[in-house]
Parts: sequence; structure tokens; C-alpha cells
Amino acid sequence: MSKDFLSANEAAAYGVLLSRPKVVSAYPITPQTTLVEKLADFLAQGKGHFKYMMVESEHSAMAAALGVSMMGARVFTATSSQGLLYMCEMLHYVSGARHPIVMVDANRSTATPWNIYGDQRDVYAMRDAGWIMLFAESGQEALDTVIQAYRIAEDPTVMTPVMVNLDGFTLTHTYDLVDIPDQELVDKYLPPLNTTNKMDPNDPKTLCMTVGPDFHSEGRYLQQKAFENAAEVIVKADKEYAALTGRSYGGMIEEYRCEDAELVLVATGSVAGTTRIVVDGLRAQGKKVGLVKVRCYRPFPKAYFAGLENRFKGVGVIDRSISFGFDGTLFSEVKSAMYGSGAKVQDYVVGLGGRDIPKELIAQMFEKIEKRVEGVQEDEVQFLGMRW
Amino acid sequence: MLEVRWHGRGGNGAFTAAKLLGYAASVKGGKYAQAFPSFGPERRGAPVQGFTRISDEVITDHSQVYTCDSVIVLDDTLCDVVDVTAGLKENSTLIINSLQSKEEFMARPNFKNVKNLYIIDATDIALKILGAPIVNTVMLGAAVGVTGMVSIEAIEGAVDGMMAPNLREKNKKAIRCAYDLMKGAK
Repeated sequence: MSKDFLSANEAAAYGVLLSRPKVVSAYPITPQTTLVEKLADFLAQGKGHFKYMMVESEHSAMAAALGVSMMGARVFTATSSQGLLYMCEMLHYVSGARHPIVMVDANRSTATPWNIYGDQRDVYAMRDAGWIMLFAESGQEALDTVIQAYRIAEDPTVMTPVMVNLDGFTLTHTYDLVDIPDQELVDKYLPPLNTTNKMDPNDPKTLCMTVGPDFHSEGRYLQQKAFENAAEVIVKADKEYAALTGRSYGGMIEEYRCEDAELVLVATGSVAGTTRIVVDGLRAQGKKVGLVKVRCYRPFPKAYFAGLENRFKGVGVIDRSISFGFDGTLFSEVKSAMYGSGAKVQDYVVGLGGRDIPKELIAQMFEKIEKRVEGVQEDEVQFLGMRW
Repeated sequence: MLEVRWHGRGGNGAFTAAKLLGYAASVKGGKYAQAFPSFGPERRGAPVQGFTRISDEVITDHSQVYTCDSVIVLDDTLCDVVDVTAGLKENSTLIINSLQSKEEFMARPNFKNVKNLYIIDATDIALKILGAPIVNTVMLGAAVGVTGMVSIEAIEGAVDGMMAPNLREKNKKAIRCAYDLMKGAK
């Protein structure tokens, strides 16, 4: 193990290197660029043993990744925002054909208005593309999650692609201290990809590129089952990683100071880290508050939220995306999974297009959910930190 | 938690200095650190900022830096463009690369609450030692000399760990020069 001072993009690149992909195919886009540049650096330094495919677009990046995976080889790509939207078609190709590709999405807003800064509108626009979606809170978690992502994706009971989400700039361009595990350790955790879902002259078969009405529903049913299996595999992959490295992220969900909490905020990604500090501050004042970090958006930790019942009095959700005409994107999932709970729920839409989410704003969310519990009627979905 | 803000112009290495300080504090100093730039497109010559947080505990804060223990200004023309005194904490330190006097700065209205102002002609040191007006590492040496945020040895270790081999020795020399000068000036 060695320690270095790395951005989350660079940390994720180390995660890729240690996962020994055979091919990286990528097209640069802010704020993902420094990740794929770091992978190119590894090649230039003789550290990487993968082929680097310089492709002409994000659609091609994912098409090339699919081709590699169809040959039974491990592959990596990364993108962001418009690039993710552009490869949308290929995301479905990959997931439907059950190829365990791992991709990092550097979360960024979607145009228009043109904006290169962070929010989570890009990933949520891909909600139903059939990808497992994990979110990292720190550079360390970015590195560790990329490695775990291959374990999850390639599990024979899952065989589903994984998208690892890093908040644009807030993570991708922020440096901190990162432990880089030894290759031997990662090799113990992540064996070489061994799949029969590949083109093999000794075992000729179709890779299910066309399936009509006669079998189509069955294929979709099996995808749904794969996500159900993934819910267990994600937890197991995290536990086994912890046994080797001492680092665990709770699998799908992490609770922070929730034991006797009455009010909690639900968050994904880097804002969860800032929320921890606010929780600590309010706890010091005697407030019974906590954080529920959603690390995995698909499969959604439905059983966890359904099991909350009346455990918390108030649940607020920090949303960095909104589904226009309905709710904040994360909120609608949380609320749906909590159906029947007695808790008051409220949604706070913040941090769009890179706007900062200061600690005072998070403290304000706790105040709001407390008032809601006390019976103050306010809109269920609120934009906070606005100019008006 | 120490919070440091760096003011520079795009291309003159303010963020590199912010990273060197973070690397020194964490990888070499046994603490935790975080460094990030002012987010967005990089434009040469435009006012930019870099930030470093240093703590004994893991840093999970991913919000922006609003208050500072130290502010370091690489180019004094920035003092006419942005308020470099914004968010200075009680007993914080402001260090400016300039030929102007401390009194001239203190006469500016926004400087009235500045407690600890240090001026250094970093450009002169950079020209003499580095042979170019690149002041980021010189100002890093000055900042460490004034504040003792990290040890000079940790900073030298960061230069060895982060900078290209051909840049290391002369930058360490420039850092040491500014460090000694400011330590003497305290």
C-alpha cells in the first residue's frame, strides 16, 4: 500500500489500473478528462497493461467497450453529461446483452443552459438504462468503488454493467490523501474475468442481439432478477473488500449517527460528507439528527427504506436533480420506498449546475424537516439556496 | 481545521502551490489535507483561486472555503480586482507578493481589519533563483515561513514527490530562500 495526494479522478484511475482491464476506450469531456488522461499517463509510464482506444465519440467509446466485452475481456470507459447522453443507446445495448462493463460518470449538469459544473441530472436521466449505479463520496471511495464495481458486475448472478458516479469538480478535481492498495491484494479480491457470455469459435452461439416477443419478457425478467441478486452481491463485495483493506462503505446504504435519530437527511455523493459535519455540529447541541447515505441508486435500497417504518420522525432528501413536473429524482424513490411510513418527508433541491451546498444550507434543511414534524405545512419539494 | 486560499492568475501555479501544501501536510506531515481549484474553465491570465484545507481529522467537507486562516496572493494586481481580504478569520494571515509597502496596502478600505499582513518581493526571488517570474513555490515558502502550517522539510518532500526532477532543486532553493526571509521578518 502507498499513500498519495490525488484527485478523485486520479484515484479512480488507480482503481482502474489495479483492476487490470484489457482495454480502455474513452473520449474526453470535462470534468472526466483528467481521469482518462491519468490512464494515458500510466501507459506512458509503462505501468498499464491495457490497450487504449482513442475513439471519435462517446457513442463509439461504449460501442468499442461492448465489442471488447463480447470477446470476454475486461474493459473500462468514462464519460460525463452530454457524453453520457450521447452514449445512451449503447448503455441499453450493453445492459440488455449482460456485459459487465464498468464506467465512471463524472456527474455534471446537462445542457441547455450549457454548464460544465456538477449536479446529478446526467446519471438520473439514464435511470432505466439497466446499469447498476453507485455513488462515491470521496477520492478513496472512488478508487475502492471502481474495484468493487468489477466484482459486482462480473458476479455470475449479476452480469450487469456498473456506473460509478463521482460529483463533477467537487470530487473529480478535489485532491486528498488516498491509500493505493497493492496489486497483489486487489488480485486476491478480483480474479480475471471468466465468462461464457462471449464470442468463442469453440462454443458458437448468438449473443442475443435480437429477441422477439417470444422470449423478450423473459430476458427483462432475468435482468430484474440480476438486480435483485446485485443487492446482495453489493453488500458482500463491500464486506469482502473491508476484510482485505479495512475500508467499508456499508454496501448500498450507510447510516451515520442514526441510532437514536429522530430527523435524518438522505444524500448521495460528496454532499454526504458535508452533511456529516452538520450532523456532528447539531449533535453537539443535543439534536437527534443523522445521515442516511445512499451509495447505490440502482438497485435502489428499497428494503432499507421500507423497513424504516416509524423509526424516524422526519426524513429530508438532498436532491441534485429534479424530474420536472414531479419530484426531486432521489426523493421520489425514497418516498415511494417509504410508502406507509409515519415519517414526514420533504425534498430539498440544491446544488444544481455546480452551485455550492454550504453547511448552513444543510443545517437549514434539518430546521425545515424539524418544523415539518412539528406540523408546519410547507411545500413537499423545495428549491433552497435560491437568489429569490 | 486550517483553511488557506490562494489567489493567482491562470497559468501562474496557484493551484499547484495549493496542492504542494496539501501533499506536504498529508503525505509528508501525517495530517489530512484537501486541495481544490476554483472550479471551471482554465483561462490564462484570469483571476483564479486555489484552496487547501489541513486537519488532524479526515476531511469530509465538500463545500467551498468561505473563511480563511491564511490568504496568499501571487500577483498584487489581483488586489484591485478581487477582495483578497474576504473571509479572513480572527488572527489570520495575509501574504502578498508586491513591491508596494505594507502601509500602502493598509490604507485600502478593505484592509482595515487585516491583522497580520506580510509583503514579500517574490518575483525578485523567482527571477534570481528560477530564472522566470514564477512565484508559486516562492510564495509557498513564504507562507510556511510566516505561519509554520507545515514543516519546511515536508514542503521539500512535496516538491520531490510532485514536481518533475529537473524542477526540484531550484524550487527547493527558492522555497528555502523565501522561508528564511519570512521567518527572519516575523
